[in-house]
Amino acid sequence: MDQLLQTLKDGIAIGSLYALIALGYTMVYGILKFINFAHSDVVVLGAWLSLLFARKLEAVTGWGAPPWWAGALVLILAMAACALAGFCIERLAYKPIRGAPRLNVLITAIGVSLFLQNMGQQEWMFGTRPANIPALVNDATLFTVGRVNFTLLDAAGVGTALALMVGLEWLVFHTKIGRGMRAVSHSTATASLMGVPVNRVISTTFVIGSALAAAGGFLWALKYSQIKQTADTSWTLLGLKAFVAAVVGGIGNVRGAMLGGLAIGMLEMFGAAYLWSSMTDVYVFGLLIAVLLLRPGGILGKAVVEKV
Amino acid sequence: MTGTIRLWSAISVFGAMALLGACEKKSPAPAPGGGGGTPAASTPGEITIGHYGSLTGAQATFGKSTDNGIKLAVKEVNAAGGVTVAGKKYTVRLVSEDTEGKPEKAGTVVTKLITKDKVVCVLGEVASSVSLQGAPVCQEYGVPMITPSSTNPDVTKVGDMIFRVCFIDPFQGEACAKFARGELKAAKVAVLFDQASAYSVGLKDEFNKAFKAAGGEIVSEQAYTQGASDFNAQLTRIRESSPDAIFIPGYYSDVTNIALQSRKLGMKMPLLGGDGWDSEELGKNAGESIEGCFYSNHYAPDQPTEEIRAFVSTYKADFGGVPDGLAALGYDGARLLFEAMGRAKSLSGTDLRDAIGQARGFKGVTGAITLNDHRDAVKNVVMVERRGGQWVFRASIEPK
Repeated sequence: MDQLLQTLKDGIAIGSLYALIALGYTMVYGILKFINFAHSDVVVLGAWLSLLFARKLEAVTGWGAPPWWAGALVLILAMAACALAGFCIERLAYKPIRGAPRLNVLITAIGVSLFLQNMGQQEWMFGTRPANIPALVNDATLFTVGRVNFTLLDAAGVGTALALMVGLEWLVFHTKIGRGMRAVSHSTATASLMGVPVNRVISTTFVIGSALAAAGGFLWALKYSQIKQTADTSWTLLGLKAFVAAVVGGIGNVRGAMLGGLAIGMLEMFGAAYLWSSMTDVYVFGLLIAVLLLRPGGILGKAVVEKV
Repeated sequence: MTGTIRLWSAISVFGAMALLGACEKKSPAPAPGGGGGTPAASTPGEITIGHYGSLTGAQATFGKSTDNGIKLAVKEVNAAGGVTVAGKKYTVRLVSEDTEGKPEKAGTVVTKLITKDKVVCVLGEVASSVSLQGAPVCQEYGVPMITPSSTNPDVTKVGDMIFRVCFIDPFQGEACAKFARGELKAAKVAVLFDQASAYSVGLKDEFNKAFKAAGGEIVSEQAYTQGASDFNAQLTRIRESSPDAIFIPGYYSDVTNIALQSRKLGMKMPLLGGDGWDSEELGKNAGESIEGCFYSNHYAPDQPTEEIRAFVSTYKADFGGVPDGLAALGYDGARLLFEAMGRAKSLSGTDLRDAIGQARGFKGVTGAITLNDHRDAVKNVVMVERRGGQWVFRASIEPK
């Protein structure tokens, strides 16, 4: 019983993180039809910036225990900084090759990813040593069931991820810019003929995706407290799993990404807890293969016939 | 999954090579003369030695510490007038190359050291999985390689050119098991290891064997793969088996996460590990969570011997901070090489190989080093304990 509850809790915690990151992949894919490989590096940037802001804040305020607003402030700062970074990446790297064959864009994305990884390794950036983020949320236990502790930190993590997803849902389906996004995703050419400012919509997509990535990085840092250097394999793996979540849920579909993230998180945790812990990654990528074979569009995706 | 990561790694290696190429064009061509067919110094009176290590990457502290140790040894030997080989004096020059801790990069950088920099001997790597890729290249070109700290037995089995100045995993695993059973009086131990690392798997096997032989029981065996960050599922399963201690033969950055997460799960038993824990980052990032835990190491900086005291103070003056075991081994590896050069008939690969192989009772900071027939060092293991925010000497376990 303890183990079931613990696994459920861990699955939701990691799944909501995957979902948050998967949203960025899926939004960019929905609109530009390409996979932004640099997305996971924006997550890393978000984690490291959270660390820097948290340290600065700790030094300035000299808190003993973090005040309640510390986490929120760091989150907002990191999201703003990464939104700016996402805007710059789109403007400098992707916009100049808009309309180029898809392969060029894909290779550019890999280039951006490598650039961010190697920049981050420089000593004047973040360096190569793992670092520890100061505690931003009081890690008090809310309640305990059996041997399973539910802490404020767990609640804050899952709560933030859920709030951001609900916010995005509202933005995409109930605002003008959201309608623009859906229109561009449907057909860029038609949308532009109808007067949708395509460039602004694309920029906004990157800004929102990167802000969500930053939130993912922030929550990651909060959850694991140790942040590894930017080129560490664990980041690649995190990015890949979030990408798998987007594909499993149906790439291009915002709700699908959330569902996919939770599915991947649960599968990973339950697989490790009840089957073999040595095959955690096998479960995740096995699911990807199964989905691609049985339902290539993803759980919530529509089957699309490619016109050649 | 591995395929995709491989793809990424391949792409990054290509990128790195392109960068390397670009840099090389800018640097002046090596001075001619003296080079030619002999692998001896490219400039008369100078010997070049190479070091390949993870100067960046996930295990960056390993490579950097080792590099610092080697640099210190080179500086000292040059200050003392260099090395004398067959009556001729040489100064020593060190070329360090970065592997980023990636096995697939080792072959490239070692080949570069041998063919382009014409090094007479190669030092490196720390991680056994990387050394296992660098060693065949050294063997192929007939250049001796001394690994300061790769503890997997297979490394020196690559060929007669490959040496090491550290103990090997079977002995390290055995020492940990002896310590857990004898000193900690643990009856039930759980094991959590990195299945993607030759080092971790090897150490786990040896620990299990020795611990069972000593009358203990392995109650749970869980695995993870390098790159994992969440160990909650494995730890929850280990908690179910309520062990007296957990043996984690992994690297420090993973151990940090494991320590933090296990304490959050309310697990208070001591954690136990091997020399992969050896980095100041572990204590810094895991903080309270690692208090009361133990690992086996090559030396402890607070051991009261004259060599260690002198080494620690000069290292502090040069690089700041207390040298870890890897710095000490890098230092010992380089000094053993210089001592062997003094005895070698010439600087050719085979003469140097013979001289290194004859090292007996060499006085290093990590203890007396004697190389056996398998080109492995026979020496004692030191167990250190985290107490009051410091790693302190706890026990020394002698080889049989």
